Amino acid sequence: MLVHSRAGKLAVRGVFLLLFVPLFAVPLLVIVAASVSTNWSGAFPSGVTTEHYAAATSGDSLKALTTSLVTAVSASLVALLVGGWAALAAASLRARGKRFLDMLFMLPVAVPSVVVGLAVLVAFSRPPVLLNGTRWIVILAHTVLVTAFAYQSVSAAARRLDPMYEQAAASLGARPSYVLWRVKLPLLLPSLTAAAGLCFALSMGELSATMMLYPPDWTPLPVRIFAATDRGSLFTGAAVAVVLMATTLLVLLAVSRIRTRASYR
Amino acid sequence: MSSTGIADKGRTRRVPPIVWALPPVVVLAPAFLYPLALVVRQSFSPDEGGTSLSPYGEVFASQSFRDALSTTVWLAVGSTAGCLVLGFALALVIAFVPFPGGKAVARFIDVFLSFPSFLITLALLFMYGTVGMANGLWTDVTGADSGPFHFLTTPWGVLLAEITFFTPFVMRPLLAAFSGLDTAQLEVASSLGARPARIVRQVILPEALPALAAGGSLVLVMSLNEFGIVLFTGAKDVTTLPMLVYGKAILESDYPAACVVAVVNIAISVGLYSLYRMVSRRVGA
Repeated sequence: MLVHSRAGKLAVRGVFLLLFVPLFAVPLLVIVAASVSTNWSGAFPSGVTTEHYAAATSGDSLKALTTSLVTAVSASLVALLVGGWAALAAASLRARGKRFLDMLFMLPVAVPSVVVGLAVLVAFSRPPVLLNGTRWIVILAHTVLVTAFAYQSVSAAARRLDPMYEQAAASLGARPSYVLWRVKLPLLLPSLTAAAGLCFALSMGELSATMMLYPPDWTPLPVRIFAATDRGSLFTGAAVAVVLMATTLLVLLAVSRIRTRASYR
Repeated sequence: MSSTGIADKGRTRRVPPIVWALPPVVVLAPAFLYPLALVVRQSFSPDEGGTSLSPYGEVFASQSFRDALSTTVWLAVGSTAGCLVLGFALALVIAFVPFPGGKAVARFIDVFLSFPSFLITLALLFMYGTVGMANGLWTDVTGADSGPFHFLTTPWGVLLAEITFFTPFVMRPLLAAFSGLDTAQLEVASSLGARPARIVRQVILPEALPALAAGGSLVLVMSLNEFGIVLFTGAKDVTTLPMLVYGKAILESDYPAACVVAVVNIAISVGLYSLYRMVSRRVGA
């Protein structure tokens, strides 16, 4: 549309690939390649091995995977409940109340996650609630961080929702709870599952707040990857990273397949 | 607000919306607002006890804080500029010079966004690290002992990683904006004799400005707060504000100082984020 000559198109595509491939595709491929290679001191890795995966799926790394999964699933579910509830409640408020809730639930996005970690650490290392050194402090911080994203995506979807459906249901005598349960939530389901996937992916990759908080017996995957690369085991780190990416993608794929009749409309 | 008697009867029994908004606020307050308030309080409470501004005085006077502040700001500004230029160029090609596989590229970007940032630094270690691909290629070809690429542990390595990771965040709103652009405008401009550069400048760019502003300010905030990328480079001389918070709190156990840096970091990033929200709301993005 913009470039009409054949040569021009070829040149533009060439430049695009020259920028896109090394910047975005190669890094991910490099991690995958490194995770199966014995050695990498030249232009290309040498030797194929599954040794790193054996290390990445056993012992402490396996525990890190379950730690990450438990943390991400529980944080996402709570975030979806709290953030989604807040977003739906905000949608029925007047402008002022809506702006207040918007501001409140945006704050965790704007505040740096390291600072969220520090704040949670400072607050729960002293009475009345002592959580420091337990897994709950990590789960709590993750929940706070992803709640904001759940709120954001559900409230964006609620804004786009056609009010006709709920008005029609209400005019036919449906009670508000019935309208919410049988009309609004099914219509919002695609965005709810998308929000859940987003929260899950964010929590799986969360490093900043976790670094401030994790107790020795609750190390999620990103911390594990950092620990591996920090002591020089780059290849094990790469294998654990691939496990992290694959798990995230699998869950995202599974979540995106959740459908109801409403989503086919 | 006039309605039939039956509906009125129903309404009197109904809980007002404001009550429904309370439970999530009640959950968020102790989990987030209370900790945040404690950070602010701690920043005014030096280890010696009492309440004073002395932690602020000490931190502001220290060279490490000033270095971290300037490093953070120039890295954030630099990566925002880089992301805007690169993101605009790439989105332009995907949207207006269509090629087979363009859809796949757009989907790849979505996937890319769901990965954590530090993976980029990890990949860069293999690509440009001391024994990585680029240096390996160099030593293979020239026979030298070591390659010329040593920028990973400098701010430039962080800049490269941040531009790589954040560019998709600019591309997504841009692609959305471009998909709403009527391509007939381009055809008309082109048939009137405008060359591609002029079409980009006078037709596409004005249309893309809101998305560029929204994407750019988002990237600015995210790069100010980026931690994983900087941590993974392992560079001792690249310290940003989030790194300083981590260092003061976890490595030095100097909580008042960590809280001071945190308050400064919050002020900068919440200020910028509100700006981002304002910009993106105004343009409806």
